[in-house]
Amino acid sequence: MQRIGVFVCHCGSNIAATVDVEKVAQMALREQGVVHAEDYPYMCSEAGQSRIAAAIKEKGLTGIVVCSCSPRMHEATFRKCAETAGINPYMVEIANIREHCSWIHKDMTEATEKAVILMRAAVAKVHLNAPLQAGESKVTKRALVIGGGIAGIQTALDIAEAGYKVDIVEKTPSIGGRMSQLDKTFPTLDCSACILTPKMVEAAAHENITIHTYSEVEKVSGFVGNFTVDIRKKARYVDIAKCTGCGVCQEKCPSKKTPNEFNRGLNTRSAIYTPFAQAIPNVPVIDTEACIKFKTGKCGVCQKVCQAGAIDYTQKDEIITEQYGAIVVATGFDTIKLDKYGEYAYGQSKDVITSLELERVMNAAGPTKGHLERLSDGKHPKEIVFIQCVGSRCSDDRGKPYCSKICCMYTAKHAMLIRDKYPDVNVTVFYIDVRTPGKNFDEFYRRAVEEYGVNYIKGQVGKVIPQADGSLLVQGVDLLDQKQILKKADMVVLATAIEPNPDVRKIATMLTASIDTNNFLTEAHPKLRPVESPTAGVFLSGVCQGPKDIPETVAQAGAAAVKVIGLLAKDKLKTNPCTAQADELMCNGCSQCANVCPYGAISYEMKLINDHGIREERRIAVVNSALCQGCGACTVTCPSGAMDLKGFSNRQLLAEVDAICR
Amino acid sequence: MQELIIRAKELLECGEVARVLGWRKGEHVYDPEPAFFQSADALENFVYNGFCGANLSKYMIEASKLEGKTLVFLKPCDTYSFNQLLAEHRIDREKAYIIGVGCKGKLKIENIGADGILDIEGADYPDCGEELNVKTLYGDVKVAYKDAMLERCHVCKGKEHRIFDEKIGESVDTLDAERFAEVERIEKMSPEEKFAYFQAELSKCIRCNACRNVCPACSCRKCVFDSTKFDSAQKANATTFEEKMFHIIRAFHVAGRCTDCGECSRVCPQGIPLHLFNRKFIKDMNELYGDYQAGVDVDAKAPLVCFSQEDAEPGALTERG
Amino acid sequence: MSVNKEDFRPVIVAFCCNWCSYAGADLAGSSRLAYPADVKIIRVPCSCRVNPMFILRAFEKGADGVILCGCHPGDCHYSTGNYYARRRMTMLFSMLDFIGVENGRTRVEWVSAAEGVKFSETMNSFVEKIRSLGPNVRLGDIRCKN
Repeated sequence: MQRIGVFVCHCGSNIAATVDVEKVAQMALREQGVVHAEDYPYMCSEAGQSRIAAAIKEKGLTGIVVCSCSPRMHEATFRKCAETAGINPYMVEIANIREHCSWIHKDMTEATEKAVILMRAAVAKVHLNAPLQAGESKVTKRALVIGGGIAGIQTALDIAEAGYKVDIVEKTPSIGGRMSQLDKTFPTLDCSACILTPKMVEAAAHENITIHTYSEVEKVSGFVGNFTVDIRKKARYVDIAKCTGCGVCQEKCPSKKTPNEFNRGLNTRSAIYTPFAQAIPNVPVIDTEACIKFKTGKCGVCQKVCQAGAIDYTQKDEIITEQYGAIVVATGFDTIKLDKYGEYAYGQSKDVITSLELERVMNAAGPTKGHLERLSDGKHPKEIVFIQCVGSRCSDDRGKPYCSKICCMYTAKHAMLIRDKYPDVNVTVFYIDVRTPGKNFDEFYRRAVEEYGVNYIKGQVGKVIPQADGSLLVQGVDLLDQKQILKKADMVVLATAIEPNPDVRKIATMLTASIDTNNFLTEAHPKLRPVESPTAGVFLSGVCQGPKDIPETVAQAGAAAVKVIGLLAKDKLKTNPCTAQADELMCNGCSQCANVCPYGAISYEMKLINDHGIREERRIAVVNSALCQGCGACTVTCPSGAMDLKGFSNRQLLAEVDAICR
Repeated sequence: MQELIIRAKELLECGEVARVLGWRKGEHVYDPEPAFFQSADALENFVYNGFCGANLSKYMIEASKLEGKTLVFLKPCDTYSFNQLLAEHRIDREKAYIIGVGCKGKLKIENIGADGILDIEGADYPDCGEELNVKTLYGDVKVAYKDAMLERCHVCKGKEHRIFDEKIGESVDTLDAERFAEVERIEKMSPEEKFAYFQAELSKCIRCNACRNVCPACSCRKCVFDSTKFDSAQKANATTFEEKMFHIIRAFHVAGRCTDCGECSRVCPQGIPLHLFNRKFIKDMNELYGDYQAGVDVDAKAPLVCFSQEDAEPGALTERG
Repeated sequence: MSVNKEDFRPVIVAFCCNWCSYAGADLAGSSRLAYPADVKIIRVPCSCRVNPMFILRAFEKGADGVILCGCHPGDCHYSTGNYYARRRMTMLFSMLDFIGVENGRTRVEWVSAAEGVKFSETMNSFVEKIRSLGPNVRLGDIRCKN
């Protein structure tokens, strides 16, 4: 039986003006188990707290009810007070008689009646409270960053600079990501490689950073502070330690017909290849599907020409297991497939390209060595049409419902760059809206229109029809002039929607991080915790969380790094004691609860159970209290009621219900 | 039936199975009961006839804890329950040897009696499934087979066994009624009529727990109504909560897991159409979250343990009228 | 029971999730947005913590209305809890309707921490609805046919 003390706060006149606080205290004494009740002007004050402490000592209280403001305000205060006075902090319950009572009611009788009922509910709950202990878990002071684009690189650099070890796992043969494919960046028009490459080099050289390229995360277990991750290091067939990056193997490789991924398939590459000149590491990989040696057993040219003896056809995938305290997802994006947009003749005509393909065309290291030319016949185009929102802001299932955010700006950039370099080329942009919220963004767009004479037409393109003479007929509509437009073009560029990297769903599942219908990772809170995943210890960097441009990505990468550093700076983590727990005698082991757990906190074990003398091996749900955040989804799914939530148990909540309905 | 006994004996004798789970003859032809047979000799009391409606899946929970395999006879619809229990890790597939038995629809003695036929001594289990020959003290009487069937057989889930090791006998799909017709009939009533209907039905309940005991989904080691964790175990200080809410809560606990096997209604001594609660949930879930049949796919996630961001709001069903 | 509709003071239980709706109720309080004292709030970590049994228990113990408030879909602190709650409550409400308990005695409303006004308006309209329905006798009498 609990010995309960009830403390009614006046909150000056905030409560006492509407609630008869004395009456509430008197009524409290009539409740079973209540051995002490008093009211006081400011319970949260030092004097108020010392009254609570004194009563705990004098009356031997085991449970405390404070009738005061919202628990969101002072629950922590009163818990601490109780702890200092020697009882478990979780033996304190708050009856909210200010926000939920005195502030919203005018009639004193009514408000007092309600306050009494709220007090009773809290007393009923405290009767069933049990001391809870916040657990502790240690923190592995090493972070993992999944994805080696600008988001991942920046996050890793910031974490490393703070003095913590960090590993980057990158799926492709080099770090650099999408940004390495870009030619220039808006709104400053500086060269993408010029600003990215130094960062890549810095990351590679940093003593705290380990980069695993051509590697993928295979398995994740554990929880915040204590993740165990299996990383598959795919066989490169080239010894990183020996390779000097001279490039002779790539020159001599006789298999040169594989579409070059880095150039978006606009030209081809050899079977042994580094994706681009500034690749880090500058060590090629062998594409076994293209390699003649792997396909037929005959060839071996690269091995013969390699002075360093770095080629090793016998290499195998290697799985390494590492421990991490925090994981950052920075998996980036790709452009959507355009197979559902037949009307734009993409795939039909080589002169209809995506904006990312245009980046490669404009780039000096690209398939046309930076010359703007039609990919069908190499001719210099005279008319270029840009089509905005291809697959973005789409209401049907062909595209994406969201705005891809970067397209308005890069289209303005492309238009401007083309007009600057080739003043003879006419540029027309079809758009739904031009969205330029960003520093110097609108000025940039206006320059495209005003200084460079880019022709912006508000309206959509219905069809692009390849003509017999090799040109393209663009059928569109001008919404402002309310007229149909037929325009002959030499090239059409599609501002294709971006979508999260398709691998992210697999990764999110491994991390038990939640993901929305568009495959973007969900934030812990959309406004207040935008770089954290709801899964503790998992952080988000870059486009995996939502469309964003480079400055935003870098900012978010830094924010994610700070969150990681904040976590790694701790030696131990306090765990929330209000976690779920399964009663072993009642658990059916049916797995229903694990289905609804958003944190993957529930696993099943075969356990020897002694059920009133019957000893048997049973499948039992086991909650990892370090992972459990205490939502209670499992408790309702459990048909037998074996699963219960500490601090909000079935009996506690039913006692509150009963007290209110009494 | 002889074929089943012969095969069971074979399996017992070769040591493939340690025991047989089947139906044992009762006092009358119409009251066989589930039973374990430990030996070939014991099988002389084995029976399989039109009155073997009992679903044996649930008994496999206990059988899974025993040494060796148990031979279990499952009718097509029973295999759904077996699968569901498998999905919930309550039974061990390795401990079961399943013979899928043919089923032509099972009979309910009350339905025959309801036709004014008295002192029934027996009934054929015809091949054709058209006419039932009922033997009574006063001679044979013919009854249309369909009229004598259990309610659940009129909404038969089909003649496919969802899981089995071997099959013996032919099955017939006896579906001849709209599964949700009765639920829809009640849905169309006014709130007063609905309440009157369920008040009348539920007032008949004597809380014998037969429905709970027979239900393959109600297989919790400890029922929530017998547990102290919900303060609903007021056997001594009897609160009215359990008394009044038992069937609603029970239906909720099996929602998404209930295969609609109809055992609850079959065994209710008061004849309460308990399956209607379960079927109402099934209908709602099918309409709102897509068709789902528990026990078809062991790996499928039940509607109440998954969600879609576009789910209907809770008022949707009731506002629709 | 014959109670005058004007005199009828319903018992209303409101389950509010800690992160959004309870905070929304706090905001209603600090903004002095009144709603009837008939509403008593029980704090739960998440709307998904509310077992249908709690709601049935409330009705059985004499509640005239039960309302569940949680974060807006998509904003759940635990990311998915309110989606499960939504399905469960949809089923429960449908069942209550099926057995003839009046529509409107139960409600689910998504109230964010910023929606003090919505919280107050919701409670006002819910109380009004319950007052118009009168005392809840049906669930209490479900097994009491003479």
